[in-house]
Amino acid sequence: MKQKIQPNLDAAVADISDGATIMFGGFGGAGFPNNLIQALARKGTKNISAISNNCGTKEGELGLLFKNKQIKHVIASFPGPHSFFFQELFAKGEVTLELVPQGILCERMRAAAAGLLGFYTTVGVGTEVANGKEERVLDGKRCILEKALHADYALIKSQKADALGNLTYRLGARNFNPIMAMAAETTIVETEEIVPVGAIEPEYVITPAIFVHRIVQAKGLRYAG
Amino acid sequence: MPDKPRLTREQIAQRAALELPDGACVNLGWGIPNLIADYLPKGVTVHFHSENGILGMGPRAKPGEEDGDLVDAMKVSVTLMPGASFFHQADAHLMSRGGHLDLAVLGGFQVSEKGDLANWKVPGAKGSGGIGGAMDIAAGTKKLMVCMEHTTREGAPKIVKECTYPLTCLACVKIIVTDLAVIDVLPEGLILRETAPGWTAEEVQRHTGARLIVRGRVPEMRFA
Repeated sequence: MKQKIQPNLDAAVADISDGATIMFGGFGGAGFPNNLIQALARKGTKNISAISNNCGTKEGELGLLFKNKQIKHVIASFPGPHSFFFQELFAKGEVTLELVPQGILCERMRAAAAGLLGFYTTVGVGTEVANGKEERVLDGKRCILEKALHADYALIKSQKADALGNLTYRLGARNFNPIMAMAAETTIVETEEIVPVGAIEPEYVITPAIFVHRIVQAKGLRYAG
Repeated sequence: MPDKPRLTREQIAQRAALELPDGACVNLGWGIPNLIADYLPKGVTVHFHSENGILGMGPRAKPGEEDGDLVDAMKVSVTLMPGASFFHQADAHLMSRGGHLDLAVLGGFQVSEKGDLANWKVPGAKGSGGIGGAMDIAAGTKKLMVCMEHTTREGAPKIVKECTYPLTCLACVKIIVTDLAVIDVLPEGLILRETAPGWTAEEVQRHTGARLIVRGRVPEMRFA
């Protein structure tokens, strides 16, 4: 069996090199892999293309990586009212942004996970989001082409993991995490608790182990704001 | 001459709450829509949906009982009703975009006479702006209601012939509830269904940037 459990947070992100495309789970303060984000800040990886619903809460979540100027491009649906470090860099043109409707952000990642190259959707037709995209009519409805969204890494957060990489999530901390786990080349999970293989009932596994490549135990960090 | 009193934001929510059918699955957006849950008529049960993966949200959590892993789309700590469920964000949007929700209620900056909605960005505003889930919800929900003030703070109509603000979605709004009126958006145009207490159809029309169709006597709003 391939050893997925990492000795520590720094080891879990040690090979993430400059220019990597990275998905970050989390929504509304819940389910962010904040320990892995701190490890990535310590490592100092630069020129990151980040994919995440928002762009940080003050110095927390992705805020830390914007503060350290480690991110050059971000794909997000809602940068957020407390994404001060992102907004400052964005205003200066030091970081670029692709705004994506939130459900389409999910589906583009799911398409990548499913081996689909893209899909047509009515979401965004006639809006700024449609700029530069192929438009056609299907079944009498105007729709635009959205392409699959891949990443080199996904950094996610789970409540429990077993050594194989089966995951469960707590309450609404699930959010983007299971989708990103499926869409990235390498998925790295920080988990509150590592449990013995078999301790998670098979029918309660939310992310099956096949999608998980590295596991590191870390107590959850949460940022107010 | 100063205007007659208009509805408060709470009264808009109270009137809008009457449009929620018993047993419906409903998504409430930011702003006035978020107040609607407080005004459900007695005997009406609604299953509230949140884009971050919850169906069956209950009221806001009491101080001291908040759980950071249990928040709504506005990052407010909430509770769960018996029978609630969790799912990931893609399935949450599948529910709205795929037409599985019965109703969604969003705020609005402008609604056009064709039901186009602009609600995510003010022209010239500083910063990056943000779309969030609004475009997905507007594009796919079976029935979309917009709750907003009838005019801007400067008095400009928010119901217009063509939206001038950046669009959220074309031809998606079915019902508009404002501090002056309830309006149905039909293929033939905007039907003035009710006016705020004390307001006539002509007065509401004067604050509206598109033509309102009046069929017979327009009743005043009821609240319960």
